[in-house]
Amino acid sequence: MARAGPETIRFGGDTASVEVRGDDGGVLLLDAGSGLLLAAAGLQEATRIDLLVTHLHMDHVQGLGFFPQLRQAEVETHIWGPISTTETLEERLRRYLSPPLFPVRVRDLKAVRMHDVGPGTYEIGPFRVTADLIIHPGSTLGFRIEDERGTLAYLPDHEPALGQTDFRADPRWTSGFDLVRDADVVIHDAQYTPEEYEARVGWGHSTLAHAITLAARAGAKTLVPFHHDPEHSDDMIDRMLADADVPDGLEMVPGKTGLEIEV
Amino acid sequence: MQEPIEIILLRQLSSYLMLPIWITDESGNLIYYNEPAEDLLGGRFDEVGEVGADALAEMFVTTHLDGSPVPNEELPLVIALTERHPAHLPMRIKRLDGAPRTIELTALPIMGQGNRFLGTLCAFWEKH
Repeated sequence: MARAGPETIRFGGDTASVEVRGDDGGVLLLDAGSGLLLAAAGLQEATRIDLLVTHLHMDHVQGLGFFPQLRQAEVETHIWGPISTTETLEERLRRYLSPPLFPVRVRDLKAVRMHDVGPGTYEIGPFRVTADLIIHPGSTLGFRIEDERGTLAYLPDHEPALGQTDFRADPRWTSGFDLVRDADVVIHDAQYTPEEYEARVGWGHSTLAHAITLAARAGAKTLVPFHHDPEHSDDMIDRMLADADVPDGLEMVPGKTGLEIEV
Repeated sequence: MQEPIEIILLRQLSSYLMLPIWITDESGNLIYYNEPAEDLLGGRFDEVGEVGADALAEMFVTTHLDGSPVPNEELPLVIALTERHPAHLPMRIKRLDGAPRTIELTALPIMGQGNRFLGTLCAFWEKH
C-alpha cells in the first residue's frame, strides 16, 4: 500500500508505476499504482496511452480510477493486463472500477481498450514488449521492453526463489530469467530483508539478495531495487542497500520516486 | 531457455512429495523425476538426468495386469500427451534390466494460463 509520511520522503511512498519514453516520443506506463498520477501531468498532450499492468493486486491498479486520461474520450487508452483462465481483464477490473469500491464504472470509460496478455511478444508503438508469467500469487506478468536503445526488464512483484530449494538463479529453472537476460536495466522486487523473507515464503516477493542474484546471473547491467515494503522507513532501506553484496559488473541504483534512468 | 513457471513450480513441489512423480515436457521428454520415483528409473535424477521420449519408451516393457501388452496409444502418458486429458491405468512395468513391478499410473496434461500445453505430470504408486 501507499505510505506517505516523513519517514518515506526520500525513497517515496507511492505504489508501483513507471513511465518509459522512447526517442520518438512513444510512451509506456508500467503498472497503475498511486505513482501513476505523477505521470499524468506529463501526458496532457498524449492522444494514445499504453498501460501495461503486471497484475491486479490493489497496489498496482489503485491509481487507475484517478488517472484523468482514462476519462478523456479523445485519449485512446490501451490497458494490457494478465490473462486469466476464468475472466477477462475487463471483468476483473470491473470488481474495482465499480460501486461501492469506486464511483466510476468501466463502462463509463469511453476510449479504453483492454488487452488480455499471455506469454508472448507484442509490438506496442516503437517498443517490442515480451511478457511472461512470473512467480507471484495470481496471474502475474513480468515485462521485457526493447527498442533501438536498449532493454528494460520490469518485474516489480516476483519471488523467483520459491521455485528453487537453494536459490542460485539457474537459467533454466528460474522464473523471470529470460525476461532479465542481458537487460540494460532491471527493475525488480526487493521488498524483504532475509529475516522477513523466512516468515513470508510464498508471499510473492524477494529479498534484495535474490534480486541481485538474479540480475547478476542473467547478465543484467543495472539493477533498480523496487517495491519497498510499506513498513520500511527510508533509514531502513538505506541499511538494506548498504548491506547488499553487489558483484562486480552489476550497478545498483535504488528505486525511488522521481528516479530517471537513461537506457 | 527458461522453463515455464508452471513447470518450475511443479518441479519444486514434486521435490517435496513422497508420491513418485515424473514431469515431461510437451514432447514427452522426461525432464524431472523426484526421489521416490528414482527406484523405477534406476538411478538418481542428478546422476541419470533427463530421458528423451524415445529412450523412455524403450526403457520399459508394459503389460496389463493380465499380462497382455499395452499398446503405445493406451499408455496414460501417451494419452495425456496426444489427447490432452487425464488417463489412468494399473499395469505391470518392467525395466529391461530389472524386476517387474505392479503399479497404478495417472498422467495429467499440464495446461498453463492461456491454454498452453506445457507437458505432463505422471504420478504412480505400487500395488502390493
